[in-house]
Amino acid sequence: MSLLAAYTAGGAVVWIVWVVAGFACLASGVAVVSFSNPFYSALALIGNLGSLAVLYLLLSAEFVAAAQVLVYAGAVMVMFLFVIAYVGPRTETPWAGGPAWQTVAAVLAAASIFLEIIVVIALKAGGRLARTDHVNGTFGTPGWIGRLFLTDHLLAFEITSIVLLVAAVGGVILGSHTRRSQEEASLS
Amino acid sequence: MAGPSIAWYLGVSAFLFATGALGVLIRRNPLIVLLSLEIMLNGANLALIAFSRHARNGAGQIFALAVMAVAASEVCVGLGLVVAIHRRRLALDVDRLSELRG
Repeated sequence: MSLLAAYTAGGAVVWIVWVVAGFACLASGVAVVSFSNPFYSALALIGNLGSLAVLYLLLSAEFVAAAQVLVYAGAVMVMFLFVIAYVGPRTETPWAGGPAWQTVAAVLAAASIFLEIIVVIALKAGGRLARTDHVNGTFGTPGWIGRLFLTDHLLAFEITSIVLLVAAVGGVILGSHTRRSQEEASLS
Repeated sequence: MAGPSIAWYLGVSAFLFATGALGVLIRRNPLIVLLSLEIMLNGANLALIAFSRHARNGAGQIFALAVMAVAASEVCVGLGLVVAIHRRRLALDVDRLSELRG
């Protein structure tokens, strides 16, 4: 009986954490799109990524949650904030500027994507999606992920390294500031 | 599993994807377009990890990590483009950067 009570209480805690993290996730996602200052948008995206890491933890994906905080909320967002500070603060009104039909069409397109996915999930929610089994203790741990990367998914691992290398080369080429490009810029 | 079922996570992921798509379509600052793109990728990542948990299969988490690497590369190239545009004293506005239009 006490075991059942503990299980129910644990479920309640999971629900509370899920509602808080999910709401923070949705609110900061809307904030990223609707802030006029890109600096605030980037800060809101850090909150979004952090609450997503909490959701990953609830889904027992511990290594992905840690990588999310390290890679996204750490490295990528620092780079974003650096570039925003370099380019300088410039604000724009989020919902104005383009033609009105463009704004209306964009809202319609986003709403229709959302409704389509929700309808599909709702049609399937009662069936197999409602049943989720327990996982064993090694699910989502770094060792388990590492073994998968080096055995079953070795090709994906290697291709990821090539993608990162190509992106690094591309970043260097885009960012290199030679005298010739300076002359071209001054001529044009 | 105590707590919400996979369908709730998929609902959050759908909302994130739609929000990111709205941002990509509606905003004109390339930096905010990149941020909205990150939201779209993260919505897809949440769905991948939810299905990985549901199927008790690690492929979803591996795919999520690969998506993370692709997102980092995309940010690298995208921010390089933004800095290059800024250096050439062009307007940071995706509607006005139309020189490649045929």
